[in-house]
Amino acid sequence: MATTKRTARRGKTGNDAGTDSRKEPQVQLETEELISLYQKMVEIRLFEDACQRGFRQGKIGGYLHLYIGQEAVATGFLESHRSGDRIITAYRDHAHALLLGATPRQIMAELYGKGTGLVKGKGGSMHLFDAENDFYGGYGIVGGHIPLGVGMAFAAAYNKEDSIVQLYLGDGAINNGAFHEAANLSGLWGQDGLNPCLWILENNQYGMGTSVERATANTNLASKFDAYGIEHEQVDGMDVVAVIESARRASERVRESGTPFAVEALTYRIVPHGAADFLERYRTKEEVKKWRERDPIGLLEQRLEDAGVEEIAIAKIREEKQDIVADAVKFAEESPVPELSELTTDVYASEMHVADAG
Amino acid sequence: MPVMTYRDALRAAMAEEMERDEQVVLLGEDIGVYGGTHLVTNGLIDQFGPRRVIDTPISENGFTGAAIGMAMAGMRPIVEMMTWNFSFQAADQIIQNAAKIHYFSGGQVHVPLVIRGPNGGGVQLSAQHTHSLEGFYGHFPGLKVVSPVTPEDVKGMMLASIRDPDPVIFLEAGALYGTKGDVPEGDYTVEFGKARIAREGSDVTLVAYGRQVNMLLRVADDLDKEGVQAEVIDLRSIRPFDTETIITSVKKTNRAVVVQEQWRWFSVASEVAALIQEHAFDYLDAPVERVSGAEVPAPYARNLEVAGFPSEEQILEAVRRVLYQESR
Ligand SMILES: Cc1ncc(C[n+]2csc(CCOP(=O)(O)OP(=O)(O)O)c2C)c(N)n1
Ligand SMILES: [Mg+2]
Repeated sequence: MATTKRTARRGKTGNDAGTDSRKEPQVQLETEELISLYQKMVEIRLFEDACQRGFRQGKIGGYLHLYIGQEAVATGFLESHRSGDRIITAYRDHAHALLLGATPRQIMAELYGKGTGLVKGKGGSMHLFDAENDFYGGYGIVGGHIPLGVGMAFAAAYNKEDSIVQLYLGDGAINNGAFHEAANLSGLWGQDGLNPCLWILENNQYGMGTSVERATANTNLASKFDAYGIEHEQVDGMDVVAVIESARRASERVRESGTPFAVEALTYRIVPHGAADFLERYRTKEEVKKWRERDPIGLLEQRLEDAGVEEIAIAKIREEKQDIVADAVKFAEESPVPELSELTTDVYASEMHVADAG
Repeated sequence: MPVMTYRDALRAAMAEEMERDEQVVLLGEDIGVYGGTHLVTNGLIDQFGPRRVIDTPISENGFTGAAIGMAMAGMRPIVEMMTWNFSFQAADQIIQNAAKIHYFSGGQVHVPLVIRGPNGGGVQLSAQHTHSLEGFYGHFPGLKVVSPVTPEDVKGMMLASIRDPDPVIFLEAGALYGTKGDVPEGDYTVEFGKARIAREGSDVTLVAYGRQVNMLLRVADDLDKEGVQAEVIDLRSIRPFDTETIITSVKKTNRAVVVQEQWRWFSVASEVAALIQEHAFDYLDAPVERVSGAEVPAPYARNLEVAGFPSEEQILEAVRRVLYQESR
């Protein structure tokens, strides 16, 4: 069958589980810091396990894209987040919202389509927003959000805010025209110190069922930024400590210079593209298994053990987080659906009411 | 006649024409190895190979434009929009090139291209993934826009679309991919610009296209119980448009309700209402009613979403208004 042949042709990045970029990070983290990272990553994982259950039970609708396997990327980069730094990403956005301070209750209620949700039940999984905590969404059209990040970075520099933008995008999005136009602007404006944009390319090897090799002839994705005068590096996106090292350095540099910088995090989506997808003809079980061995949470557990943290302490963290997630699910289940009058609110920021249109 | 799903009728039409004409190729995201996100193209890569079933990167503007170029050079590409929501990224190519090249080349070059994919709301897909684009694409001279609802029409209109010398916007009712119906075998085409009378009646004319046609058939059943005979017209094609069938019907029933999922402003229903008043003003016993989606971006929460789509109750209310019955 042609399918198998083409799947087997998948090249290096799909199979090497991120080896190219792997080296032991220099940064030294205190045990306390490692524990705190673990708490965050476990919370994200357990939260999303609960999302998957809610989806299967029909309590969560629409599209649901989980971040399972990629937790180290957002956790590591947002460790460098300073209040005021704007964050923007696509639809795989639960982790980003949680890490920035939205509560599990608010997010779960959103996914359950409840009025108590983070965006009042209006956006769902793909459109989480929490502007108060610097989170600017949550977008469903591949590539569509990328120029927005560049524009926000311009605004930050223009208003001398001393803030930066963390702009997340996928390996699939990099082949979209919006990326190329926006990256060009970012490089151009950066020459004048007008684009403090930290580009975070989450290369999880696939855009839906299409591997990087089947989507572009130049599979060194970080190198695409060369065309636009944006410097870049790669990092092992499965190792949160390595990500932190890269993130701290890159954020500092972007903040000080007002010029963009790009980091390609090599990572892996362990779960299917969306919660409703079950056919995985585009990759092999062995490949998934190989990457699972480098599950970012497993790797961090290893580091905790190396630092002398007892297994029982690790288990306790999981239990605590399980309780928090259970509480969020309960809250979501018990919350009321939005008032029907909410259908027509928020269309305009001005006083104009939708009825004025018709 | 074999019974087939909407999805299988689509695939059968494309596969048959690919067998007949090797200039027909498919392009789109995850249509090959993955089998198509809605499984419409499932298996075709095995049958026709990767040169004719072309998996593309997420570059709608690029691959739609490239397909236009292929069409200009003698091929007959069929582009899958994974969903029509993504076609805005390709809108420049569709509107500025596909629709106009034949005109501004003084008739020298034409663009035999089909762009197809699911259109309309799903279940809780929210604002960026919920659009009904008949009115939007129907606005542009140079495009043909069709929206079949039965598996039979799906096959007949797909074959007609592939053979058409002009760009065809083929808007599928994604919600109906699994529905079944009789589908004629072999070389079967449905001419564009001919509406279909889905049910005959004498008291009121109900007009829709796409999945709202099925809704109207259910409403007509309800009305039947109340002694009201509704005529249900399935437009099938938005451009070209069959004015005659609608006018003939309204002259008989003297009343019309037009239903659509898209927003009301500057929409297909508005056009239908205008045509009726132009051509059948003296026959009307009541103003033409339009039932449409709420004038808001689509919300996520199910209760809000349901409230935002046209409902059978809203349609019944509109019918009662044109019949001057008490509302219930
Ligand atoms: C313009 C556009 N085309 C297609 C889609 C459908 N789609 C949703 S996600 C996706 C894959 C994106 O891959 P990537 O950028 O690598 O992000 P990942 O899902 O891996 O996080 C596709 C094709 C879309 N949402 N928008
Ligand atoms: Mg990806």
